[in-house]
Amino acid sequence: MSEQVRERETRRLDRVVVRFAGDSGDGMQLTGEQFTSETATFGNDLSTLPDFPAEIRAPAGTPAGVSGFQLHFSDHDILTPGDAPDVLVAMNPAALKANLKDLPPGANLIVNTDAFTSGNLKKAGYATDPLTDGTVDPYVVHRVPLTSMTVNAVHATDGGGGVNKKEAERAKNMFALGLMSWLYHRPTEGTVAFLEKKFAKRPEIAAANVAAFRAGFNYGETTESFTVTYEVAPARMKSGTYRRISGNLALSYGLVAAGELTGLPVFLGSYPITPASDILHELSKHKRFGVRTFQAEDEIAGIGAALGASFGGSLGITTTSGPGVALKSETIGLAVSLELPLVIVDIQRGGPSTGLPTKTEQADLLQAMFGRNGEAPVPIVAPRSPGDCFDAAVEAARLATKYRTPVFLLSDGYLANGSEPWLLPTRDELPDLRVEFATEPNHTGAKGPEFWPYLRDPETLARPWAIPGTAGLEHRIGGIEKSDGQGTISYDPANHDRMVRLRAAKVAGIANDIPPLEVDDPSGRARVLVLGWGSTFGPIAAGCRRVRAKGLHVAQAHLRHLNPFPANTGEVLRSYDKVLIPEMNLGQLRTLIRAEYLVDAIGYNQVRGLPFKAAELAGVLEDVINQ
Amino acid sequence: MTVTTNRSGISNRLLDLVPAAPAQQSRKDFTSDQEVRWCPGCGDYAILATVQGFLPDLGVARENIVFISGIGCSSRFPYYLQTYGMHSIHGRAPAIATGLATSRPDLSVWVVTGDGDALSIGGNHLLHALRRNVNLKILMFNNRIYGLTKGQYSPTSEVGKITKSTPFGSLDRPYNPVSLALGAEATFVGRSIDSDRAHLTSVLRAAAEHPGTAFVEIFQNCNIFNDGAFDPLKDRTSRDDVTLRLVHGEPLLFGAEGDKGVRRAADGSLEIVSADSPGILTHDAAAADPSLAFALSRITGDTHGVTPVGIFRNVDAPTYDEALNRQITDARERQGEGDLMSMISGGETWTID
Repeated sequence: MSEQVRERETRRLDRVVVRFAGDSGDGMQLTGEQFTSETATFGNDLSTLPDFPAEIRAPAGTPAGVSGFQLHFSDHDILTPGDAPDVLVAMNPAALKANLKDLPPGANLIVNTDAFTSGNLKKAGYATDPLTDGTVDPYVVHRVPLTSMTVNAVHATDGGGGVNKKEAERAKNMFALGLMSWLYHRPTEGTVAFLEKKFAKRPEIAAANVAAFRAGFNYGETTESFTVTYEVAPARMKSGTYRRISGNLALSYGLVAAGELTGLPVFLGSYPITPASDILHELSKHKRFGVRTFQAEDEIAGIGAALGASFGGSLGITTTSGPGVALKSETIGLAVSLELPLVIVDIQRGGPSTGLPTKTEQADLLQAMFGRNGEAPVPIVAPRSPGDCFDAAVEAARLATKYRTPVFLLSDGYLANGSEPWLLPTRDELPDLRVEFATEPNHTGAKGPEFWPYLRDPETLARPWAIPGTAGLEHRIGGIEKSDGQGTISYDPANHDRMVRLRAAKVAGIANDIPPLEVDDPSGRARVLVLGWGSTFGPIAAGCRRVRAKGLHVAQAHLRHLNPFPANTGEVLRSYDKVLIPEMNLGQLRTLIRAEYLVDAIGYNQVRGLPFKAAELAGVLEDVINQ
Repeated sequence: MTVTTNRSGISNRLLDLVPAAPAQQSRKDFTSDQEVRWCPGCGDYAILATVQGFLPDLGVARENIVFISGIGCSSRFPYYLQTYGMHSIHGRAPAIATGLATSRPDLSVWVVTGDGDALSIGGNHLLHALRRNVNLKILMFNNRIYGLTKGQYSPTSEVGKITKSTPFGSLDRPYNPVSLALGAEATFVGRSIDSDRAHLTSVLRAAAEHPGTAFVEIFQNCNIFNDGAFDPLKDRTSRDDVTLRLVHGEPLLFGAEGDKGVRRAADGSLEIVSADSPGILTHDAAAADPSLAFALSRITGDTHGVTPVGIFRNVDAPTYDEALNRQITDARERQGEGDLMSMISGGETWTID
């Protein structure tokens, strides 16, 4: 070991936020994912935020084409991907330009000096070189000729005979990963194994990437640029077996699990749409579970096929995002009328219209709640974290099958692509959701036994699910109003009024079948309640922690069921002086809460396509508490 | 699932997956207790009677038959059959039926639709069902008018049609449904007439015997809003001169005296010539290439003074449902049944004590 290394200080931190930023083609998502994987293996708690443009390859070198990946990791449990990076890796001037505003003074900035050519500066919109004009003076800047060092390292390893210069340059993200792995004492075996597996068919590419990765690590070891390295000890987490999981993967697993738990074959009818397509991709792999996936001609056919499969006794599922929900609305109404199980997964993104396809938002709540003709109530379930998408999917399927109703599962782009450690459930912890189909006539008519498709279970108000192939239960259902019980076409005014109310009562009754709204109020002295739903759980909880650390009191409650609300919701809301509802929309939950409970909740609303920051919410909370 | 051979002789490799009826069924077994509510004189009555008469011949258990419809007069059809049924939403029946048929190979799934339902609002779903070759039997009642919304022109109405929504005449050119289906490379395409029970039954029978999507256009008279649209094909004195009955393997001849025939014109299209002309074509519905079937579909009453009915195309091809279900069977044979807990634990896990 050299003298420098012995003299180098290792600082212990309780948490770190790192951000990789580069051009869309620079492999920043892969780099971030792999750094996250190393971090998960090491045992830190973590939360990630990928941030990428909708264009597959926006003009190279421009701010529009910048792709970023932020990771927050710690020695304790954390709730968000972090507000501001402690270190930013900028692979080119555009990445610097797009991300520098988020970097607090004094933070580490690692720049690829090779990319700071006059052409790239111009594309990024820099009139002068930010590395020399004072722009980066507030930061601890590490100037690394990343591209050229990568090429040298790759060619030194393969003697110049393995890959060409362009392919060698492409490994520069692995050089950056190696350097960051060194800086934060990350384990490296996993990355080497990952690269060898990923490029198994092109061993020379694998070798180039491993060479670049090792060179980045060794560069850290030998350079004088870094006087400090950092350690973040493994987090003390609840005992059990963990894996890292993204929201869309957890949601996919939840849907497969729901099929197993209900004993129903899963049928997914879907049309590709960002940010939901990964669920279609994932479910299409699981044929051995009997999962059928159908890539339909459009959103309408996707849900139509799913509903047809439900009629036949499958667990019908459709996955989409907000614009797709708009197209599916009529079929959702049909499912309400047919009273058949159906899970509608909406991975919300910025809207209206095409909006911000790759950015997060939670502005589809009212669409899910009301976006149909007629009185068409649909239960709504929303996960709070990436791992929670698993449980929320199982819960959506439970409600759909038990109550014979379409159910909305409202995730969002942040949960979909963000990841965290996930404590794996054991088989015993998963609920038994087995479903029984009708097999016998349920009514005695003038001519003997009959099957009445709309004769309801008195407790759940669910109708019997008699699937084709069951002799003696042949029946017809449709979107026309049906007579209560017998289920034949009925235009009778009183019957329609009764059926509308029965469908509403069925969904409202779910409130008795879900856990009460829990309140987290450690001091028991809070007068302000902050209420949230969906992916804002992490930032809200982190904001509450900060406020409480200052000696202030605040209570937090988070809704998993948005329709119906838990039975005690009104009671909870009324027991606080003030209710604050932060949402990534202009106040959709607040509208529902005000209408339902006449509670004059305060809104905090941002629609920037990004999750809330903990510090931002802490500030808002303090203001509300101190008012 | 019991695999059975069919009792009445209708059979195909997919229909054989549907349980057979335990005993001979009759028309009455397929008649529901619902009052039929079409206008008196509607062609739908004749089609319903034919289908109810035909279903016992299918020989499969009544409970394993499902009729799915969209919206429109024709789409009330499922209510009147004592099978499983769904009256769905406008244009979407092929999509809904696709989900049902692919997930339940033990069912015989039928779609009932109309010219507006199938070709206008649901045009996209029809095309894709045909292209996928899902095991569906699609019966499209074509009355060339919107009936249930009280008489607007439809996508099969002739140009210049005076209706409530087109008091100065309709402007858009109509679809030729058979050409459209053949353009989507449908594997079975037929055409029949509501009032010709024997012919319609024969086409239904052939459709039922076809493994895959069968598309049957049925000319249906709307006596309220478009009465007489198909009269020349029904009139006893004129019909033989204006109807070209397609019979596989038979020469393409028609006319009361059998005096007219069909042959290739120099430009590759088909032309009507006298029966003793050289080059009279023989109908080949089983030809792998759909060119002849398409050329036949271009022969219409408007352009040639004669309308072909019967089976234009009937070819065996892989079906979407079989392929999808085979992927599942193969995956299970190769990898074994899925294990939930090993799936969710995935590759990289770590344990905290």
